[in-house]
Amino acid sequence: MELILSIAIGVLAGSGVWLLLRPRTYQVIIGLSLISYSVNLFIFSMGRLRSNAPPVLAGQTGNIADYADPVPQALVLTAIVIGFATTALFLVVLLASRGLTGTDHVDGREQQ
Amino acid sequence: MNDDVLLTVLIVLPFAGSLLAATFLPNARNSEAWLAGGVAFACLALTFIAYPAIVEHGALRAQFDWMPQLGLSFTLRMDGFAWMFATLISGIGLLVVFYARYYMSSEDPVPRFFSFFLAFMGAMLGVVISGNLILLVFFWELTSIFSFLLIGYWHHTAGARDGARMALTVTGIGGLALLVGVLVIGHIVGSYDLDAVLASGDKIRSSELYLPALILILLGALTKSAQFPFHFWLPNAMAAPTPVSAYLHSATMVKAGIFLLARLWPVLAGTPEWFWLVGLAGMSSLLLGAYFAIFQHDLKGLLAYSTISHLGLITMLLSLGSPLGAVAAIFHMMNHATFKASLFMAAGIIDHETGTRDMRKLDGLFRYMPVTATLAMVASAAMAGVPLLNGFLSKEMFFAEAIETHALSVLDTAAPYVAVLASAFAVTYSIRLVHSVFFGPKPTDLPRKPHEPPFWMLFPMLFLVVACLIVGTVPGRTIGPYLRVAVESVLGPRTPQYSLSVWHGFNLPLAMSAIALVAGTLLYLALRKYLQTCPEGPPVFRLIEGRRIFERILVTISWKWARFVESYLSTRRLQPQLRLIVLAAFLAALLPLYIGGFGLGVVEVSAVDPILALVWLVGAGCAVAAAYQAKYHRFAALILLGGAGLATCITFVWLSAPDLALTQLLVEIVTTVLLLLGLRWLPKRIEETDAEIGVTWKMRLRRQNDFVVAVLVGIGIAALSFTVMTQPLSETIASFFLERAYTEGGGRNVVNVILVDFRGFDTLGEITVLAIVALSVFALLRRFRPAPESVDSPEQQRIQNELDEADPDRKPGDTVSDYLFVPAVIMQWAFPVIIVLALYLFLRGHDLPGGGFVAGIAMAAAFILQYMAAGTKLVEDRLRILPVSWIGLGLLTAVSTGMGSWLFGYPFLTTHSQYLELPYIGKVPAASALLFDLGVFTLVVGATVLMLIALAHQSVRSLRAARASTQQQDGA
Repeated sequence: MELILSIAIGVLAGSGVWLLLRPRTYQVIIGLSLISYSVNLFIFSMGRLRSNAPPVLAGQTGNIADYADPVPQALVLTAIVIGFATTALFLVVLLASRGLTGTDHVDGREQQ
Repeated sequence: MNDDVLLTVLIVLPFAGSLLAATFLPNARNSEAWLAGGVAFACLALTFIAYPAIVEHGALRAQFDWMPQLGLSFTLRMDGFAWMFATLISGIGLLVVFYARYYMSSEDPVPRFFSFFLAFMGAMLGVVISGNLILLVFFWELTSIFSFLLIGYWHHTAGARDGARMALTVTGIGGLALLVGVLVIGHIVGSYDLDAVLASGDKIRSSELYLPALILILLGALTKSAQFPFHFWLPNAMAAPTPVSAYLHSATMVKAGIFLLARLWPVLAGTPEWFWLVGLAGMSSLLLGAYFAIFQHDLKGLLAYSTISHLGLITMLLSLGSPLGAVAAIFHMMNHATFKASLFMAAGIIDHETGTRDMRKLDGLFRYMPVTATLAMVASAAMAGVPLLNGFLSKEMFFAEAIETHALSVLDTAAPYVAVLASAFAVTYSIRLVHSVFFGPKPTDLPRKPHEPPFWMLFPMLFLVVACLIVGTVPGRTIGPYLRVAVESVLGPRTPQYSLSVWHGFNLPLAMSAIALVAGTLLYLALRKYLQTCPEGPPVFRLIEGRRIFERILVTISWKWARFVESYLSTRRLQPQLRLIVLAAFLAALLPLYIGGFGLGVVEVSAVDPILALVWLVGAGCAVAAAYQAKYHRFAALILLGGAGLATCITFVWLSAPDLALTQLLVEIVTTVLLLLGLRWLPKRIEETDAEIGVTWKMRLRRQNDFVVAVLVGIGIAALSFTVMTQPLSETIASFFLERAYTEGGGRNVVNVILVDFRGFDTLGEITVLAIVALSVFALLRRFRPAPESVDSPEQQRIQNELDEADPDRKPGDTVSDYLFVPAVIMQWAFPVIIVLALYLFLRGHDLPGGGFVAGIAMAAAFILQYMAAGTKLVEDRLRILPVSWIGLGLLTAVSTGMGSWLFGYPFLTTHSQYLELPYIGKVPAASALLFDLGVFTLVVGATVLMLIALAHQSVRSLRAARASTQQQDGA
């Protein structure tokens, strides 16, 4: 299981980085989204992988041995929402930049 | 009145007045003047009320905790010296308000002027009555900022902007040096409290850090008081409106530097370092200022250099380290403020009534404005040090000090000669001012016909000139007691015997005065012809202009060096920067491995689940395919991205994180909609056209390199996550949350309790970011200009419309609505269902997976579905969504919930939880965190909807714009 997830994280990150280094803005925005999946999964996995562990308290208190680790989950939850916001901002910036500069190159001008 | 109350009111009143003044109408000159005058008068009255207590107890104090753990407190302290300054600040402030009322024209936006003026007054009062050195620096910097705003009041002129910026740069840098100096002093003494510092003079002077502290503090004081070599900003600040110059550049702001020197005189003075540093700066300013003043053609320029010279005189007196010198310095501070403020006012009146301040053009004004002329003559005489005026008294004291020997050195020997020479120069420029402006033939080409100003514009000048006269004739009975209180508060037991009488018999100082008067007059007679024709500035020195040097330094630092560094270390191209960032991150991740070694401990691997393996086979395939397709097949890449997102989502469900899965799923939906909306405005990139250009070897190399980087990063992060995941989990803070989520947070869904309760402040920050991003998106799209290629309607739409137009039974748009007929009905019916779902997710969030974030996005999805089903126009005819209000409401709800706990005496965002029994619904958790979550929910709805709608709206707007432009063409 750990192996699958780490390979998944690696593939997502690798594809994302490849796109991040491409010259077209749309490639970069897709790349950033892929990287954010990868990073979210990475942070999430810091709480270790547990299938079928209850995420919600059954009694008054709980022990970490019986429950899924809530801390990485809380971190990732906000990261997902913020990721959406930055994607939106970047999208609008790239549209405006396309309109202003006449190119979708990340440098704002085509390379000679 | 209580000390605390009095001092607090004194400091708060001007700032409150400043806020109020900013709200008035632009031409409300009268009400502004009443307000500002009222505040200044109240401050003056308060200082006078404080006087008896100061005489009796020495100093008033008020102390409030600010950051007690750092030894910082908001301490106000008013002793005799601070009292004297507070009187000057509020008294001259009151007079300047009178004057400004008539000086400002009806076109000037006066609320800005009076608001900054009052704020400056408050800051200046703060400097003089601070009882804590850090607080003093704080107010000191405030005076720099408000002086910047006041000098740049007429910001449409380049001179005002440059002068203001220069003043801020010079005094601001000085202020920073002062802050460091004060920190050093605080380190030596162990306290920033002024009383404690004043009591440890020996400790400071004997400390190793004395010299650095002294230099830093002097940098602050000398820049502020425009002392050589930092004097050049003051003449350039003359672009300010004249009331500002009369206030800031005679009585207050420039006095702050020498105020500080006198304030710290008991602890810093008396060493050779002090004598040399302060003495040299003072002596050069005294002599050069007076010399430069002679050759100015601008009235205010003359006064500015004269101010530099007089402040130099005070600095020099303070440098001597003798108590009598300090007495003379304090006395001259008051005298200079009175005659210089009145002279600035005279310059303003002349400028106002004639339209020019150039002394070569002004001539013979006495016959038009005899009252102004008489008052200006008396004030100039005080400036020149003519007997029976206040300037004479302090100048005599100065001469008496100059001939004493304090520390045997060249500086000390030169002092009497320099003093006489500078006084002669002062006589020369005073005579020049009076003679060239008021006497001589009738002026010829004046922009306006001169006449006397209204009485109330003259009144402040009259008042100050009368004060010069009275202090000059009967000093002992008028200023005497106040001066004594001020001097005693600085010198304490070291207060010397001094005499304030006008006549001390025939002695050396009197002879020096006489020599200066005669020599100055002769010098004027000799220079008269030359001054009428010469270019501005003193001979020789006019070539070395302080301003030009300053500007050259600025250009060198902020342009040349910056360009140089940029050309070697940076690039304007984003692509290489991104590559550097990725490489840097990769190396940073490798570094710990290099240092710590790659030691794998016991590896614990759980069994491979074939279904999850299959999911990720698809997910990874999607990711790689998206990477491959993103350049030419954007839509396909977007769908593939969604595939990878879904795999992530399934993983979250699989690994016991239902909250994450829910959020990821909904965010996935809105992200896809958003990018789809964006794709409409991104012109196609066609593979075949690009292929014609061909692939150069450079591009091929770059792709190879990037591929290697990407693979390395992928392998690296995979290895890193595998390593971490296979290590057993040690004790983490998770146990803390698991134990307290229900018992203290009142919720069983630990993730949600962490978000809205334990880490509520983080969440507040996060939703604020969300709001800012949404507003930025909205603002960016308001003036959005799409790429010209994508302005026309999209290809599919055109084909559909052509089809519709070709058929007589159909009208354009029918195809789309037919197409979407069934989905549209379903989407419209789903609207209430999704809203109920959102509310359900929201309400159960505290105990079960759900919460404000998920519910908010679900709700936003409900709205955007309506847009997709019915089209922008139709939805907005029926449904008014005000996303900006939702954002504001959400933020307000969250913040006020947080502040609600203050009412019960708990810190910000403390939550209270209990269960309520509601009819029909049953037991409902009712933590105040729920209210906070409601704020989160509202804000997320608003932000998401705002971003989506703003983008969706573009199609409506650009159609309208296109139609407008075609109409224009038709019209033409």
